[in-house]
Amino acid sequence: MLTLLRAVIGRDLRLAMRRQADIVAAMFFFIIVVSLFPLGVGPEPDQLRRMAPGVLWVAALLATMLSLPRLFADDHRDGTLEQLALAPQPLGLIVLGKVIAHWLVAGLPLVVLAPVLGVQFDLAADALGVLVLSLLIGTPALSGIGAIGAALTLGVRGGGVLLSLLVLPLYIPVLIFGAGAVDATVSGLGPQAHLSLLGALALGGVFFAPWPTAAALRVALE
Amino acid sequence: MHWNSFGEFLAMGDHGLYVWGSLVVMALLLVVEPMLLLRGRRTLVTRLKRQFRAERAELENRRSTPAPQRVSTPHRSQV
Amino acid sequence: MTERVINWFKYASPQTFYPLAGRLIPWFWALAALFGAAGLTIGFLLAPTDAQQGEGYRIIFLHVPASWLSMFIYLVMAFWAGIGLAFNIRLSGMMASALAPTGALFAFLSLWTGALWGKPMWGTWWVWDARLTSELILLFLYIGFIALQAAIDDPRRADKAGAILALVGVVNIPIIYFSVKWWNTLHQGASVSLTKAPSMAAMMLWGMLLCALGCWMYSIAIALMRVRTIMLERERHTDWVRSLLDDKG
Repeated sequence: MLTLLRAVIGRDLRLAMRRQADIVAAMFFFIIVVSLFPLGVGPEPDQLRRMAPGVLWVAALLATMLSLPRLFADDHRDGTLEQLALAPQPLGLIVLGKVIAHWLVAGLPLVVLAPVLGVQFDLAADALGVLVLSLLIGTPALSGIGAIGAALTLGVRGGGVLLSLLVLPLYIPVLIFGAGAVDATVSGLGPQAHLSLLGALALGGVFFAPWPTAAALRVALE
Repeated sequence: MHWNSFGEFLAMGDHGLYVWGSLVVMALLLVVEPMLLLRGRRTLVTRLKRQFRAERAELENRRSTPAPQRVSTPHRSQV
Repeated sequence: MTERVINWFKYASPQTFYPLAGRLIPWFWALAALFGAAGLTIGFLLAPTDAQQGEGYRIIFLHVPASWLSMFIYLVMAFWAGIGLAFNIRLSGMMASALAPTGALFAFLSLWTGALWGKPMWGTWWVWDARLTSELILLFLYIGFIALQAAIDDPRRADKAGAILALVGVVNIPIIYFSVKWWNTLHQGASVSLTKAPSMAAMMLWGMLLCALGCWMYSIAIALMRVRTIMLERERHTDWVRSLLDDKG
């Protein structure tokens, strides 16, 4: 089982490395969106500090969305997906591997970039730490939940916009607890409760979402 | 009856705009929805009827045409 | 037992359900009108003034039924979607798609009446209260469902994809609700207390229940009407639709 997971992850990572431009584009999207906010609302440090968790988290949601249509589309086009669906291994497990690979490619870079951008918003060191931690815990949930939407909109016209319409409402709890954790740190409440709820969401997102995703993929392949 | 006069009823204790704004919009939408449905259904039914009539007419037409002509246009009969 | 099962499946075929629905629709319209008229009479003509909110509280007779129905319809929709997915019954999928627009309509009405209620009571059209926010998200979920089904041409695939989305949504609704509630308690900026509902006199409760029943019957009537149209559209290549429409024309 683990070998299967590792094989799927390794394959998807190799494929992603061949298209590094996509990853870089998503990262720059994240950076640009975050940098636009101070230009929109003004440079007062107090206000920026208050907005930072929400802005960074919303930008992270949007940046994750960008790469989601790709999650199954390429495999669908060249027929790999059909083969995977026919394979004796459970499709959910294969999806889990693809979700993990997606997170490594699309989620992890956001975690790395976040502290730099947080500094732009004058976040204190402890808040920066919690921001990174919350993104680290929360972004896997985004990949997991997003996979459901990616599978449902596979090969559907207007797929990209539709995908965001389906997935963004489902992202709301992650956004609330993710940004809430940083908020709670800034206001001195301590982020533990938020982070543990975020962890629960991430576990749910990563381990339950592959099954409806697999079901949706089978529907798309019919 | 709770109200003393019709004017009082309309005023709703200075909240008339809000109360009637809610009621009118809700009533309007709940009337518009079935009307739209009926209209959509009517267009669908007319379209299907026309289609069925055309198909039947074509079928009868084909039956009445002499056999040699059908052989001469094999593609037609497959349509 | 077996006979009953067979009976149910008989009505699950569009061919038998179509005329049955047609016969039922007028009854549900009559019930909707009856309950609606009774509820509105009680709510707008007979019920006493609320001590705290004055006459403005009468929006409750519209707002609460709309909110209930918007949530209830989503559950029913997910139920039909799940049945359709599990047992591969065409009718269930059609029912789910027939319910979605009406559910979205009620979610919108709930927000609209809520805003019109909020303005005189709290002085603002919108507060980011847990319930209002969840209702908004519910509207988003409906719109997502409708958009997904509209984007897929093959009706069988549209049904199944919609069913998966509806079920995922149903699992998520409590999570979304509680997270929004949690978020709301942490951001107690607005000094608005929504939990302090007006104490319900028996008459108010009756008015509300009757209005909700009216909306419920309305939803059933509308869903049956819409499902009939969907049936005609999807089954237009079958003999029963042909004989139904061709002989009359």
